[in-house]
Amino acid sequence: MLITKIKRTLRSGFISFWRNGSVSLASVLVMTITLIVISCVLFVGVVLNTTLKDIQSKVDINVYFTKDALQDGVDQIVKSVKALPEVADITYTNKEDSLKEFRLRHQNDQLTLQALDELGDNPLGAKMSVRAKDPSQYETIVKFIKNSGGDNGTVDRINYDENKVAIDKLAEIIVASKKLGFAAIAFFIFVSVLITFNTIRLAIFIFREEISVMQLVGASAMYIRGPFVTSGVMYGICSGLLTMLVLWPISYWLGLLSETLGVTVNLYQYYQDNWFQLAFLLIISGLILGATSSYLAVKRYLRI
Amino acid sequence: MLLDNVSKIYKDGSLALDGVNITIKPKEFVSIVGHSGAGKSTLLKMILAEDKPTKGKVFFEDIDIHTLNRSEMNDYRRRIGMVFQDFRLIPNMTAYENIAFAMEAAGRTDEEIAADVPHVLELVDLKKKMHNFPSQLSGGEKQRVAIARAIVNQPDIIIADEPTGNLDPVNTFEVIQILKKINDLGTTIILTTHNKGVIDSLGKRVISVEAGKIIRDDKSGKYLL
Repeated sequence: MLITKIKRTLRSGFISFWRNGSVSLASVLVMTITLIVISCVLFVGVVLNTTLKDIQSKVDINVYFTKDALQDGVDQIVKSVKALPEVADITYTNKEDSLKEFRLRHQNDQLTLQALDELGDNPLGAKMSVRAKDPSQYETIVKFIKNSGGDNGTVDRINYDENKVAIDKLAEIIVASKKLGFAAIAFFIFVSVLITFNTIRLAIFIFREEISVMQLVGASAMYIRGPFVTSGVMYGICSGLLTMLVLWPISYWLGLLSETLGVTVNLYQYYQDNWFQLAFLLIISGLILGATSSYLAVKRYLRI
Repeated sequence: MLLDNVSKIYKDGSLALDGVNITIKPKEFVSIVGHSGAGKSTLLKMILAEDKPTKGKVFFEDIDIHTLNRSEMNDYRRRIGMVFQDFRLIPNMTAYENIAFAMEAAGRTDEEIAADVPHVLELVDLKKKMHNFPSQLSGGEKQRVAIARAIVNQPDIIIADEPTGNLDPVNTFEVIQILKKINDLGTTIILTTHNKGVIDSLGKRVISVEAGKIIRDDKSGKYLL
């Protein structure tokens, strides 16, 4: 009997979805708009995240070792800094490479190169670029380097102090952007869900008389709810598919726009690379949204 | 069916029923008459457990129906067939599907549904229109579908609330004849109506209600208000 009941519920839901075409269409369209908003918010999140990571990756500090620093001492510092959990990666440049870099950088400046040649000896020390996982962690890293090599003449200088204000400001901006982005995403999703829920509630309001008749002929609450929940699931699946279709040209356009604006992530590429996950997410979101809204909306009229 | 000293006072303070006592025996045909606002609809709501009485009890086979849980209530309602003035058919279901729904709700099998629905539609002379939607039927036809839906589960009682209110004299006559036939087959009928001609032609028990009270209960009555 259970299988018969499930079969009847699904059939009624499909028939109701089809026969109440205009109500279904309206619900699907509103739900599609909801899912598009959610997707766009997701896209904005991706862009924001990538941009912030991009900016973050451009921030680093340089540690300059003294010209006469012992190689063992330098190696010791490089090794221990590399092992720090706050450090994302480091780039070590030895004395000779530092000189080569310097020469390359000043290849058009004959006067400087001449002065360098006259010195004879390599006046430059080794250096190490350090990138932290989070910009707020530079202070800790710098303190560690100063403690381990600053006093015994191994480390000449660290350019952190000159850039401290800029780095701190950037760290603040990144944290604030993340918080703001999260709040905006939560707000838009909340509003969209609310709109969808109300649309479905309105759609089911049209059927309130039917619901009371169904109750009067002795149909159980689950038997009445079933077809409405099935229709809600249908709204969700159709909206998910429609949203994927609409997102195709939108992401293409956003991809072109992001290229023009110099944003590193191409949203069209992102859409193509993640279309399966995106479709899964949208269809499941729509399905849950439709089923839950219908379930709750019918409850209101199941009182007699 | 027994209504024991039933009173109903609505939230706005209006007294809809005032100490009503009625006993309805099996296979009886009872008409309830009264002016608009006399309390007829409230009385039916009490019997259907659509609303609870402020005072008193409603018994069906010795069980106070207002103490039933949801599942028992569904079972109880399946033993009552309802016919309304405004038909209350489900608009996006065909005549066949409207009747089949009542059977599905009662847990009947697909085979039973396939056998009984055409049969019951034949009884109300609507077999040819079984796949029509309510919007494609006339008032009389809609009411006949509603009657078919009410009787398909072979209920103990049929409650017909102003079933002829929206019908012309020919359809009124037909609907009453169908109800009489159902009663002859052993189903209790509770009918409310404003139609004097219908009551007078029936020659069955008539309960007159006024201001929420029973003012007359005649075994073979006339429409007297």
